[in-house]
Amino acid sequence: MATVEHTDGTAEAAPPTGGEGHRRRDFINVAAVSFAGVGGLAVLYPLINQMNPSADVLALSSTEVDISRIQPGQAIKTIFRKQPVFIRNLTPAEIQQANSVPVGDLRDPQTLAERTRDGKANWLITMAVCTHLGCVPLGAAEGENRGEYGGYFCPCHGSHYDTAARIRKGPAPKNLEVPEFEFLSDTVVKIG
Amino acid sequence: MSFPWAQAYEPKAPLMKWLDQRLPLPRLVWNSVGGGYEVPRNLNYMWNFAVLAGFALMLQIVTGIVLAMHYAPAGDLAFESVEHIMRDVNQGWLLRYAHANGASFFFIVTYLHIFRGLYYGSYKAPRELVWMLGLVIFLLMMATAFMGYVLPWGQMSFWGAKVITSLFGAIPLVGEPIQAWLLGGFAPDQPALNRFFSLHYLLPFVIAGVVILHIWALHIPGSNNPTGVDIKSPQDTVPFHPYYTAKDGFGLGVFLILFCATLFFAPNYLGHADNYIPANPLSTPAHIVPEWYFWPFYAILRAFTVDFILPAKLWGVVAMFASILLLFFLPWLDTSPVRSGSYRPRFRQFFWILILDVLILGWVGGLPAEEPYVMISQIATMYYFAHFLIILPLLSKLERTLPLPNSIAESVLHGEKRESVPYGVQAKPAE
Ligand code: FES
Repeated sequence: MATVEHTDGTAEAAPPTGGEGHRRRDFINVAAVSFAGVGGLAVLYPLINQMNPSADVLALSSTEVDISRIQPGQAIKTIFRKQPVFIRNLTPAEIQQANSVPVGDLRDPQTLAERTRDGKANWLITMAVCTHLGCVPLGAAEGENRGEYGGYFCPCHGSHYDTAARIRKGPAPKNLEVPEFEFLSDTVVKIG
Repeated sequence: MSFPWAQAYEPKAPLMKWLDQRLPLPRLVWNSVGGGYEVPRNLNYMWNFAVLAGFALMLQIVTGIVLAMHYAPAGDLAFESVEHIMRDVNQGWLLRYAHANGASFFFIVTYLHIFRGLYYGSYKAPRELVWMLGLVIFLLMMATAFMGYVLPWGQMSFWGAKVITSLFGAIPLVGEPIQAWLLGGFAPDQPALNRFFSLHYLLPFVIAGVVILHIWALHIPGSNNPTGVDIKSPQDTVPFHPYYTAKDGFGLGVFLILFCATLFFAPNYLGHADNYIPANPLSTPAHIVPEWYFWPFYAILRAFTVDFILPAKLWGVVAMFASILLLFFLPWLDTSPVRSGSYRPRFRQFFWILILDVLILGWVGGLPAEEPYVMISQIATMYYFAHFLIILPLLSKLERTLPLPNSIAESVLHGEKRESVPYGVQAKPAE
């Protein structure tokens, strides 16, 4: 207990509340605890942040793909940032089919034109990652199930994508994602 | 922490006396699982599963530690190191099969333990915290088992990891950063494998810690029993040792026979053949399924196919987590003062329907997402939630329960017929 020493040697108890001594002690308490708290949080940051993707994973990689051999109606699977990508050469009938759907009816409304490049509407480039839980949909290789809408079909939980790789049926919430890409020439496309 | 008539610990040997005054560890053991812990005398075989789950945990820790001496958590080595364990390491096949099947058996006994608690009302006051700590253990087990299944880096490992971490991607706004944070990348790869190994090694010890809390909280009121009636006098109890150590020993023998039969004659029966194919990020197996013990939850996840305010995917995720988190509120959803299902005729019927419902969920969870299975999973999911949110609260209000025995001892010594006295009324003196 804090006491006040008198010159004559008698001790007197400090008042239980208020008084200079107590307020100073409270201040020291609050200051020490908050300082330790901030310090603790600061220590937590690297411990948590170390789990985020590291610099080499983040380093923007890009992939160049030669598309000259992909015939209309065919598709290939390639890799971008360790994830599969579909590159598909749509037939005129498939383009027609994609354009004939009223955009307002779609779960994730987008036109084919918004998902392709001007003048190259036949080149549909999308991530091959189902927007539901990340499986690789079927439909790129010859003879694979393309689902009810002729695009891609995800076997995991039955999502159907149409010829513009837009979600039409099943649990997936979004269209297959279109990555950044540009045509370096008529036959080479750079993804990323 | 104990009943007044429990035998006190009295060390006889001088060494034990010396130890008791300095570090009373033998006293702690004696009071927790020895002669000093008084247990209802009428426990049936459903009470064996706690000890069996504890045994399974030890089995997993021991086999896991030795497997870690041979396993390499690196993307291009993981699969091969598991094959190395299977083919080259001395008795490696035995250790790995014991670990893989040990996980399945751990879940079997844990599910039986949970259903025991549900039937006999072991979650009710004053054991709410025992129940909730048990659920924490269950969640930790699921996380541990999931990460362990990723380690062999086969096709099911890879795609299971992908699908489960994508669940977090369903959360609005923060979902994708969280997913990338969990994986340390945009798809499961080296960083994910490494951290899963680290956590898979850590979590069993966390489980062991929570098990200690679970037992501690249990030993405050003492064990529940098949009548659900409180312990009233020394006639109601027997010391844990030797009575239940012997009974648990017998149960352990039966458990080990079944475990070894699976281990030696059908070690891959509970696994999936696709996991013997090395992980391939470019091709999804035709039919991704988690291990059998996740099937009921997987069925709930897939049951949501229509957007309703939120996307269907998010509903599935929310429902799956809710199906377990809901159980934390069970002590307050079921307000009937009668604990044991044996004295609640209506509750008993619904209990068995719930068991059937969970089995159906498990069955469709292991099947492809096609009709009619999607429809079945939707109905079963609805029923699961209805059971806890509608049926149980109503039952506890409306049900007429059967008369309870006056005491545990009476129910054991005189059979059930003799104590037909309404709940709370004094029994007539025995003739
Ligand atoms: S991951 Fe494609 S439908 Fe679920």
